[in-house]
Amino acid sequence: MAGRNRDTSPPDGESQEAHDRVQGDGSPGDVLGGGPGGVFQGDASGERAQDDGPGEDPQGGGSGGGARGSGWGGFLGRRLLGTAVVVVLVSVGVFCLLYLAPGSVQQTLLGTRPATPETVAAIQARYHLDEPLPVQYLTWLGGVLRGDLGVSIRTGSPVADMIGERLPLTLALTGYGTLLAVLVGVPLGIAGAVRRGRATDRFVVTAGVVGLSAPPFAVGLLLLVVFAAWLGWFPVYGTGEGLVDRIWHLTLPAAALAVGAIGMLVRFSRAALIRELDQDYVVFARARGLGGAGALAYALRNSLVPILTAAGLVVTGMLAGTVLVEVTFALPGLGSLLVDSVTFKDVPVVQALALLLTLLIAAVNLLVDVGYSLADPRVRLGGRTS
Amino acid sequence: MRPGWLRAPVSVAVALLVLVLAAVAAAFAPWIVPGATAQDLILGISGPGPGHPLGTDDLGRDVLSLLVAGARTAVPGALCVAVGSMVVGNLAGLPAGYLGGWVDALVMRWADLVFSLPALLVAIVVAGVLGGGYGLAIVVLVVLFAPTDTRVVRGAVLEQRHRPYVEAARMKNLSAWRIMTRHVWPNIAPVALANVFLNFAYALVSLASLSFLGLGVAAGSPDWGRTLSDNRTQFLANPWTVIAPGLAIIAVAAALNIVGDWLYERVDARGRAR
Repeated sequence: MAGRNRDTSPPDGESQEAHDRVQGDGSPGDVLGGGPGGVFQGDASGERAQDDGPGEDPQGGGSGGGARGSGWGGFLGRRLLGTAVVVVLVSVGVFCLLYLAPGSVQQTLLGTRPATPETVAAIQARYHLDEPLPVQYLTWLGGVLRGDLGVSIRTGSPVADMIGERLPLTLALTGYGTLLAVLVGVPLGIAGAVRRGRATDRFVVTAGVVGLSAPPFAVGLLLLVVFAAWLGWFPVYGTGEGLVDRIWHLTLPAAALAVGAIGMLVRFSRAALIRELDQDYVVFARARGLGGAGALAYALRNSLVPILTAAGLVVTGMLAGTVLVEVTFALPGLGSLLVDSVTFKDVPVVQALALLLTLLIAAVNLLVDVGYSLADPRVRLGGRTS
Repeated sequence: MRPGWLRAPVSVAVALLVLVLAAVAAAFAPWIVPGATAQDLILGISGPGPGHPLGTDDLGRDVLSLLVAGARTAVPGALCVAVGSMVVGNLAGLPAGYLGGWVDALVMRWADLVFSLPALLVAIVVAGVLGGGYGLAIVVLVVLFAPTDTRVVRGAVLEQRHRPYVEAARMKNLSAWRIMTRHVWPNIAPVALANVFLNFAYALVSLASLSFLGLGVAAGSPDWGRTLSDNRTQFLANPWTVIAPGLAIIAVAAALNIVGDWLYERVDARGRAR
């Protein structure tokens, strides 16, 4: 049976992962068992994709891992290659956006400008529309690689400048949101795991599901109603002047962004800690007379790895959620720029933003994998231990 | 003794109630609230009062009626996405898991690629550049969601593939197609169904997000996401214009997730017991 499993070739890590998906560990908050909803699901799925990375080496042991070039270098090499393939494919897709837009390409690029010989000639000089498609793609890619992202159809200014102006706000918002999510989500998840099955746990789990289900724009508007309109604690709109004022202005948007991430972190950290608390070493530590705190410290350290992974996914989920939050709070960041450009069919800006966001997310995923392998020696030593 | 699956926790019971309410609203909205989008421009925006329990929006439309009518676009579209992606996921996942080999490799690489993209951002960009619209949004989301189902179905099939009953069916020289559809599929259907609920929740939120950004339903529709976006600047005059649709989206999505999670646990427990 095992032999057949090998030659019909799902790699060992994959079938192990499949096993996880079906069996889970039976715990209610088992994220690996079923993708939760909310903005973060797409990324929770990404987590599954990554999950067979770390799973691969320990499971593959001598046979699977060894055959494919084991050790840390092989692991990182495969990850880098995968990321590169995705980025290249995405760049092709992003280039094709120009041809997806209804109407002729030239019309799309003209926008609302009149089709004078000069404007048509300028577009021709830049996009080489009469050349074959692969040449057009390579010309465009060459420009992108040199940092030339084109000119916005809507505003006429260089795309790179527009992005540069708006990037800091989006980064600040994402960072603030991640901080809030980690500070609230992880302790809640730990509380749920420690008080498993009791009222606290049920509350934490339910709150986690609701948080995970709540779209950031709905949360944002509800926060505005409660904290800005009724209580008057926070401003309704604007980004603020100076550091303190800016933090004050960005608190509600960051909170709206964090709610979904909190839901996910609660699930991940609770499930991870419960898994560890069920291990023999915790039972043994308790039997030896270590108090709750001492045993918990051991378990926490070991559940740090999955929590770390979740934190990386939170960042990528936030980059998607920031689009909705920036529109809700009328903040001038990359997300609102994307929506404005998409609505106006400002294809060069959309292309640049799609590429940038994909690159950011791919980079975060890669960092998470590296962090995972640093935190868990089994991942990088997998090939050598057996 | 009652079968175990009938004993549901309180949260699941509440969630099922919410889903029944949403389903009733989605199915019978035109009869429950006829003329929900009727405008009363002289009245304009107003707070809760007689005749309008939750007040009116800036066009004088009754917020409570809009809430009920909104279910009609918000819920069925999401159901289409969830069911559509499950159908695609089964069609791709069954052969991938059962046949293995290059079919499996091809399907899984496709799934890996889609997984590495942020679904909502892709939906915004593609739906936006193509011009938006409700039907288009649904199709784009099906394409982006199907890999989740594919992976779940494939994983479940891998689990079943070496069970004795499959071996027995193979001994009888049944065709691979027959074994997949008649023998394996009934055993993985519960997992696929649980996943429909989880995808349903995500689809509801995603469709509402697209509508909120103006890329889903047409302007003026009472859809929850669209109403939220239309009233973004009105909440100071009548906060219920955003509270009602906002809570509706959150409640229905949470209910779907709770039921989906609960189903998943049941399926898992059965899988472990066998």
